[in-house]
Amino acid sequence: MDYTVLILLLPFLSFVLLGLLGTKLKPVAAGAAGTAVTGTVALLCYATAYLYFSAGRDASGVFPQVTAWNTVWLPFGGSLHIDLGFMLDPISVMMLVVISTVSLMVHIYSFGYMKGERGFQRYYAFLSLFTMSMLGLVVATNIFQMYIFWELVGVSSYLLIGFYYTRKEAIAASKKAFIVTRFADLGFLIGILIYGYYTQSFSFTPDSSVMGAAKTMLPLALGLMFIGGAGKSAMFPLHIWLPDAMEGPTPVSALIHAATMVVAGVYLVARMFPLFIGYAPEVLHITAYVGAFTALYAAVVACVQSDIKRVLAFSTISQIGFMIVALGVCTSADPHEGGLGYMASMFHLFTHAMFKALLFLGAGCIIHAVHSNEMSTMGGLRKYMPVTHVTFLIACLAIAGIWPLSGFFSKDEILAACFRFSPLMGGVMTFIAGLTAFYMFRLYYCIFWGKENKELHAAHTPHEAPGSMTFPLVFLALVTLVAGFIPFGRFVSSNGQAYDIHIDASVAAISLCVAVAGIALATWMYLREDRKVADSLAARFSGLHKAAYHRFYIDEIYQFVTHRIIFACISTPIAWFDRHIVDGFMNLLATITQKSSWGIRQMQSGYIQRYCIWFLGGALGLVVLLLVI
Amino acid sequence: MNILSLFPAIPLLMMLGLWAARNTRQIHSVMVTGASALLVLAIYLVLHFIGLRNSGETADMLLTDSFMWYAPLNIHYSVGVDGISVAMILLSAIIVFTGTFASWQMKTNIKEFFMWFCLLSVGVFGFFISLDLFTMFMFYEVALIPMYLLIGVWGSGRKEYSAMKLTLMLMGGSALLLIGILGIYFGAGATTMNIMEIAQMHNIPMNLQRIWFPIIFIGFGVLGALFPFHTWSPDGHASAPTAVSMLHAGVLMKLGGYGCFRVAMFLLPDAAQELSWIFIILTTISVVYGAFSACVQTDLKYINAYSSVSHCGLVLFAILMMNTTAATGAVLQMLSHGLMTALFFALIGMIYGRTHTRDIRELSGLMRIMPFLSVCYVIAGLANLGLPGLSGFVAEMTIFNGAFMENDTFHRVVTVIACTSIVITAVYILRLIGKILYGTCTNPEHLKLTDATWDEKLAVVILIVAIAGLGLSPLWMSNLIQQGVTTVISHILN
Repeated sequence: MDYTVLILLLPFLSFVLLGLLGTKLKPVAAGAAGTAVTGTVALLCYATAYLYFSAGRDASGVFPQVTAWNTVWLPFGGSLHIDLGFMLDPISVMMLVVISTVSLMVHIYSFGYMKGERGFQRYYAFLSLFTMSMLGLVVATNIFQMYIFWELVGVSSYLLIGFYYTRKEAIAASKKAFIVTRFADLGFLIGILIYGYYTQSFSFTPDSSVMGAAKTMLPLALGLMFIGGAGKSAMFPLHIWLPDAMEGPTPVSALIHAATMVVAGVYLVARMFPLFIGYAPEVLHITAYVGAFTALYAAVVACVQSDIKRVLAFSTISQIGFMIVALGVCTSADPHEGGLGYMASMFHLFTHAMFKALLFLGAGCIIHAVHSNEMSTMGGLRKYMPVTHVTFLIACLAIAGIWPLSGFFSKDEILAACFRFSPLMGGVMTFIAGLTAFYMFRLYYCIFWGKENKELHAAHTPHEAPGSMTFPLVFLALVTLVAGFIPFGRFVSSNGQAYDIHIDASVAAISLCVAVAGIALATWMYLREDRKVADSLAARFSGLHKAAYHRFYIDEIYQFVTHRIIFACISTPIAWFDRHIVDGFMNLLATITQKSSWGIRQMQSGYIQRYCIWFLGGALGLVVLLLVI
Repeated sequence: MNILSLFPAIPLLMMLGLWAARNTRQIHSVMVTGASALLVLAIYLVLHFIGLRNSGETADMLLTDSFMWYAPLNIHYSVGVDGISVAMILLSAIIVFTGTFASWQMKTNIKEFFMWFCLLSVGVFGFFISLDLFTMFMFYEVALIPMYLLIGVWGSGRKEYSAMKLTLMLMGGSALLLIGILGIYFGAGATTMNIMEIAQMHNIPMNLQRIWFPIIFIGFGVLGALFPFHTWSPDGHASAPTAVSMLHAGVLMKLGGYGCFRVAMFLLPDAAQELSWIFIILTTISVVYGAFSACVQTDLKYINAYSSVSHCGLVLFAILMMNTTAATGAVLQMLSHGLMTALFFALIGMIYGRTHTRDIRELSGLMRIMPFLSVCYVIAGLANLGLPGLSGFVAEMTIFNGAFMENDTFHRVVTVIACTSIVITAVYILRLIGKILYGTCTNPEHLKLTDATWDEKLAVVILIVAIAGLGLSPLWMSNLIQQGVTTVISHILN
């Protein structure tokens, strides 16, 4: 499978080429080149997936791990070295399909969305860079390769969030995203260092002979790696960068901040799953609690946001929380015995990538039509944008978990896994599922129904987006419609054995009821033109509403820590200390030298009389000295 | 004539040529010819060296040559290179070449400027090829003295103060060095000044090693920006003209790290093992302290100078870990820091030349006005914060992995502290990029400015290609320096 090198090489070349040629290239040509490359990559990924799965299972009944190629990139001495390679196993192949599909859709969509934007070529160059990095991340043959591409993904995200680099908010958001994730990556890096030292390799499957000694340090290493994952996957309290990242162009939000990059942390945990289960199950359960809290927090905040992209951002955070919870509640590697969550998490990752990308792209069409992110400028748009309306509705139903859309199946598996772990966890997650249905339909009604902002729409009539933008919507909607029926467990499961998904009737019934209740509540509150109930609730609980609207002031706490503590209490004093104490000491030395030489210089005055006095004084002194002795 | 002797000889010839040159055109052609010759020769040296190694030459030093210079003190002119020096020579040649183009627009007294510039290169190249302690010291001094004039005459801002401060502090360091070198010479029996021979004899008594090791380490450490002897760096760099900053931060500061490794640790291995903890603490402070200081600076050159304190601190930090991996990382970091800091200073010089300010509060929105320079600045910044694919990542990761191989609490703690610099670096780099490159330009004067000219582009592109080359395929460089590092480290550990 040597051709797989092209999957990474093509987007890289496309990045270099588009980056170097820049504005010498016509925008359309740059876009076409980027899209053609991504299309080729997508085809290669599909071919790889087909070849991989059609090759069948090995004797022990699992899909074997295939290393298509692997080469030493940087040796560290001893048995440690960073390799670059291409590894195929069920989850990496699944990710290849997800990433290349969403990336291709975003490339096509951007033709319409970014039309006429300054920096069109740069935009496509960055998209190529991102695609390359993300693909490299998922096919990594070792943890250090993952870290390399992890950082590259981070920088592409930085560059794309800051795409509109003349806007203050975009600059601040890109900076924040990079620094918060970098901070988390510090944990990741130290985790890798510990892991590498004790297992004597960066491989995902270390030699069993070293595990005896490494056992005690593995929980720490894996826990630190999870911090890195939590940073990228926006787990509380490292989530603060994601809502701000919405300053980037909307297709970028769809690709990076909804479908692919933000699930890197989930993928990391899944990749290390055998080690988590084998050596650090308690750390795995901690991730479940972190995930559950994040899911709840984000869902509550999503209920009151007024910027549609922010609602979607918090919804993403919440859904990633679901995926992490699903992994975290696993108690064994056997899907029949408490390992169901692994499959459920990967399944949800897959379905969520499709419908969340769809939601963001739909939001992009809406923003394109009304030139604003605020809900107040929308309302009643269903008449103007039928395609967007229908596809958006499909995605909303999917994320709410309504049969037979894809979200129903994956979420149902997650809830089943949670109920098996503990009824409390199951209950909480079901409640959050209900909240999800509520806030998504609040969003849906506020955009497409309810009171229309007539003034604004009269001045500028909203219109349906062009074909290049609606095609990806329709495509992703179709995927969302059918994806639930994929026998996912046959491809991916915690121990690799085929697992047949069967719907747990009681869990399904509860989750459907909760979802319908959430939708009904949203319908009751937001379908009508006046929103008396919603407004009175907001007024009644104004404190809570305000706190949730301001995301419970987590950002302010960060502001305080960075500006008041790090800048004002560490950096400034250090800089002062350096200029005044350390350097002051050097200057003092120089001054003392100068002053004392000035003093000595006074002796050589050139006046004979003075010399005589010194001479006489000296002679007298000597005489006295001699007499005394 | 030995090929190595050409390296100091060519700049000497260039000085002669400059002396004879009558106009700017001739001066430029002398400089370009000479600098290209150096660069070509350095590339040839690298290939030749790899060829020799592949053909089975296993001696520690290759291409050696030696003749008596001053018999009573056994001073020889002896030269020879291992992988580390070859890498350093390549670095110096690249910086001299690009530095020439970065000072293409210079107007005042260019003849004298370039003559001093060449003398400085004589010292740098001579230092890296020397195997004799005294000759090495002599070249070291040759490299330092021109700095005073280059900053004092062609500098900007408080140039006299900075030039004086820099020279005095570095001279203080070299005074320590001279004492230390004599100490080693007499401690080892006063029979030879040759580094390899002294190391071979390994006969300096421990009580003497304890005295000379700190003296020599600090002596070189001053140039390597070791805390608390680094304060010449911000002022010196801020006042120095572009090419001088490039050469100084890019190459001269490497003399410090190279000397600490080649002289202090190689010749005084027992004391190095015993006393390394003191310097590990100092270098760890350098790494974090430099990065934190850089966060609140407002002058572009100050930011870069403090960033250099942090990154050069990492070089000394790594060699003190005393294992092959970390020391390989140290050499990679010297290369990487040399290239990217030269790139930074080149770009800062170009921006300053246009806007006449280096205050980040007065700059904004440069991306729209000078896209080429700004994009290069972003690349330099990303290299600085350790983006994979650029040289900084390779060096830092090798260092951290190497440092982590030392399995005791003290080393673990300092390694984790040093690792935090990757976050702080990101903070000051992104702050800088956000402030000066992004946003909209508020100063109408700046709107009229133009982007880079061909000579500036050439200098910048060469540096970026070198940074990306090292970052994308580090294997050959890591192989090149491997043996040299192993020799020193195994000598220390035995």
